Amino acid sequence: MPKDHGIGASQKRREDVRFLTGAGQYTDDINTYGQTYCVFLRSDVAHGTINSLDTSDAEAMPGVVRIFTGKDFEGIGGLPCGWQVTDKHGEPMKEPAHPVLAQGKVRHVGDPIAAVVAESLEEARNAAEAIVYDIAELPAVVDMKAALEAGAAKVHDDLSDNLCYDWQFGSDQAAIDEAFSSAAHVTTLELVNNRLVANPMEPRVALGEYNRANDESTLYTTSQNPHVIRLLMGAFVLGIPEHKLRVVAPDVGGGFGTKIFHYAEEAFVTFASRQINRPVKWTSTRSEAFMSDAHGRDHVTKIELALDADNNFIGLRTDTLANMGAYLSTFSSSVPTWLHGTLMAGNYKTPAIQVNVKAVFTNTVPVDAYRGAGRPEATFQLERLVDKAARELGVDPIALRRQNFIDSFPYATPVAVEYDTGDYTATMDKLEEMIDREGFAARRKESEAKGKLRGLGINCYIEACGIAPSNLVGQLGARAGLYDAATVRVNATGSISVMVGAHSHGQGHETAFPQVVAEMLGIDESMIDIVHGDSSKIPFGMGTYGSRSLAVCGSAMVRATEKIINKAKKIAGHLLEASDADIELKDGQFTVAGTDKSVAWGDVTLAAYVPHNYPLEDIEPGLEETAFYDPANFTYPSGAYACELELDPETGRVTIERFAAADDFGNVVNPMIVEGQVHGGLAQGIGQALLENCVYDENGQLLSASYMDYAMPRAEDVPFYMVDHSCATPCTHNPLGVKGCGEAGAIGSPPAVVNAVIDALHSGGYTHVEHIDMPVSPHRVWKAMQG
Amino acid sequence: MYSFEIESPTSVADAVAALGKEEAQALGGGQTLIPSLKARLAAPSVLVSLKNIDEIKGVSVDGGTITIGGGTTHATVAAEVGGAYPALADLAVNIGDPAVRNRGTIGGSLANNDPSACYPAAALASGATIVTNTREIAADDYFEGMFTTALEEGEIVTAVRFPVPEAAAYIKFEQPASRFALVGVFVAKYADGVRVAVTGASEDGVFRWSEAETALTSKFSADALDGLSLSGDGMISDLHGSGDYRAHLIAVLTKRAVKAAA
Repeated sequence: MPKDHGIGASQKRREDVRFLTGAGQYTDDINTYGQTYCVFLRSDVAHGTINSLDTSDAEAMPGVVRIFTGKDFEGIGGLPCGWQVTDKHGEPMKEPAHPVLAQGKVRHVGDPIAAVVAESLEEARNAAEAIVYDIAELPAVVDMKAALEAGAAKVHDDLSDNLCYDWQFGSDQAAIDEAFSSAAHVTTLELVNNRLVANPMEPRVALGEYNRANDESTLYTTSQNPHVIRLLMGAFVLGIPEHKLRVVAPDVGGGFGTKIFHYAEEAFVTFASRQINRPVKWTSTRSEAFMSDAHGRDHVTKIELALDADNNFIGLRTDTLANMGAYLSTFSSSVPTWLHGTLMAGNYKTPAIQVNVKAVFTNTVPVDAYRGAGRPEATFQLERLVDKAARELGVDPIALRRQNFIDSFPYATPVAVEYDTGDYTATMDKLEEMIDREGFAARRKESEAKGKLRGLGINCYIEACGIAPSNLVGQLGARAGLYDAATVRVNATGSISVMVGAHSHGQGHETAFPQVVAEMLGIDESMIDIVHGDSSKIPFGMGTYGSRSLAVCGSAMVRATEKIINKAKKIAGHLLEASDADIELKDGQFTVAGTDKSVAWGDVTLAAYVPHNYPLEDIEPGLEETAFYDPANFTYPSGAYACELELDPETGRVTIERFAAADDFGNVVNPMIVEGQVHGGLAQGIGQALLENCVYDENGQLLSASYMDYAMPRAEDVPFYMVDHSCATPCTHNPLGVKGCGEAGAIGSPPAVVNAVIDALHSGGYTHVEHIDMPVSPHRVWKAMQG
Repeated sequence: MYSFEIESPTSVADAVAALGKEEAQALGGGQTLIPSLKARLAAPSVLVSLKNIDEIKGVSVDGGTITIGGGTTHATVAAEVGGAYPALADLAVNIGDPAVRNRGTIGGSLANNDPSACYPAAALASGATIVTNTREIAADDYFEGMFTTALEEGEIVTAVRFPVPEAAAYIKFEQPASRFALVGVFVAKYADGVRVAVTGASEDGVFRWSEAETALTSKFSADALDGLSLSGDGMISDLHGSGDYRAHLIAVLTKRAVKAAA
């Protein structure tokens, strides 16, 4: 019988009742008395000097409260970057100013120039159109290689060039040179990791409110991490002390990374509401989202693998250009470095690895973390490369992987991380069982009989989640700690509110977190609620990203619950006239070991708040505990994925027929939610592989600026997935043994799809096709087939 | 969206009168116009909704001719012409999504003449007659290029008459993002010959592929098209496909349409 309670039970998501009945409370649902509406005038050119900006006609239009320009932000802080990367010469990265409103120059299409605050949205829009301005267009840099050439136009005049940093990491040069000079075979691949737009269903919204009576500001915002926003905006941009600043992220309709960052619009509405002493609300249109939400990926890479005569991997070298866009978004600098370079070992015991990354400024929207953040880029290049090596060597791609798997743990890679657990052979065995590999040849024949080609693509992945040990990331340049926090508040009648630093915007925390506490206390989940998303209600936690919620915040919750249990046992011991060391807690009953003397959970909690018969001389009344948890290491989910697809050689169209994912997430709290997370990740990974592409023209105009040209995956584009997480090797360093599952699907699936496309083409005789860049659109497949 | 007045006449005559007002604009199902208004790309002072005009709605079959009111939604066409003209119903049921099909109208689609829309291919391949409040226009004379038709200012598509073919099929290859036709080919076989109309591909909008028509008229079989091809010159080239790719797809899809129709 599957469990129906506690850890391991597939309980239905309690939050879905409000989401599916339209009762969610999103930021745009919040409207306050006296609210004004804000519309941003945004640059329609990629690069230019603002010669003039005249708001006088617009100011006089009906309903206009005030119009703000860059002048209003002179002397006010810009948007900070949360991670300082040190380049290979020991120099800090270049960190250009990132103003809230443009200061004399615009640097990408969508860069905000001015903001109109008016009584209604329509009046604000009308006035924004009436602002008279003159921008002298400058040459734009869009292509990263061109941006690095001598004489290229500079995105930032005060920097020497467009290079943010030149980073090198991994084994020393001698070891790399030795590996490649002694190699029996070297496989090389050049590829692009396509730029993506996150496209959460809910666009960004920010509502700033100021209370003059107590000098407090409140920001309601679509954020994955309200405390991070409070810290960044309060301390670095607006100079508002924490106790005067509340940040609320209510229901959030999807984040995928792009709602981690602190955005100009958040700082603007908070600032403006203090200036005009009225609430200011901004709701992004979908068009604005395309040109103002941080984009993801956008790497161009050359990767080389050295193998010895026995096909053992002996060296790996990568050269990547990583697009930063026009400004450094909050965590942008860390993505191509510490979230990417540290994963380049993958699942393999390659002894020498060197990662080179040049981060480049261009006249495009800033690029930052998107589901997987650095790890999909690492996985894609490595797993495409291994597949190519297998083909060049004429060996089975699964056998080549198995031969090189890391097989003893803990394992310290040449790229600074230590994998605590894993069993890559087990997940590959499971995958082979799931996909009926023996039957593939027959399925291929059936496809060929219909005039189609059939391909099978396999890959592995490893990721680093549970972000992150604060002392380690501090050494690497992080400007924040990456612990998390939870407060367990037990009420008098035994019900519990758990205030958590993690933020749930699709992850199902409100269901899964109570399952953990319920399991520990032996009480029903219905007695436990999760509180999140409001800095005035929750302890200072760091929010949700990097598949960290359960591994880090969940661990804090476990620690706080352990404190609750310890105190409750003392109270129970008093009530039972026994030593607390003899008290056992099971099924919500405190029992004196070896006796039938017991008190119920509710009797103990009531005693804590009505302490008539209570050891007041030894312990305080009440039952509320907080714990902060800083992980000892990252967690390392891993797995093996397979994609089987049909390719129409006449049109180039690819149809995914089967997709299997064998994941090792360690222990699993709610299997149904985990499967849902994998499904969502796979859809986004398949979206990247086949459909999604953010494209600029050479002048920096965004061509894929709406859903008419930016292709999102739909239900018909994805198959019924086969997913499995039974090959679990629990994490060794957190109390739940969990690893995280939110990003795996998006990390592990793109190489499987492209590997399968190449396999299909080779089966049809198109052996000249060694790679097709994502998205593998029908047009690109057809073009590749033409040679 | 800018402010505008809206009128909802219940007869064609009243609609025509309302369209005589300055900067008036007819509103069919609104599947193109409403997004344009929202993006402030259009600023009519008066919108004349055709939604309440019953006389331009509905489907009727009379012998070999199907007449579809200009205000008939794609969903209605999909539901009601399947018996008489299956290829046309199949086209209608694959336009957009249910929301689009329940708002968008055949008259609106033909008046807009989006170069990637489906209906222009059906009308042109069928040799349909576009009926307006003032006249009747043969499909061959109606489509004048991207977003351009023979319609005069204030002229309303009241009905479209389709001669029912002996055999027909429409094959659409979807643009991955918009799911409009990257290329769509409608093949219709009549007693006096085969007509082939192509949407999505040409910079001049929907067009007839006359070489293919000649070949198929002498032999209605996919292999009759062997060796026929179109040049990519003058074809749309964008993020989703080059002109050459579109030209290639036309040949592939025409064969598939013939197979589906045969």
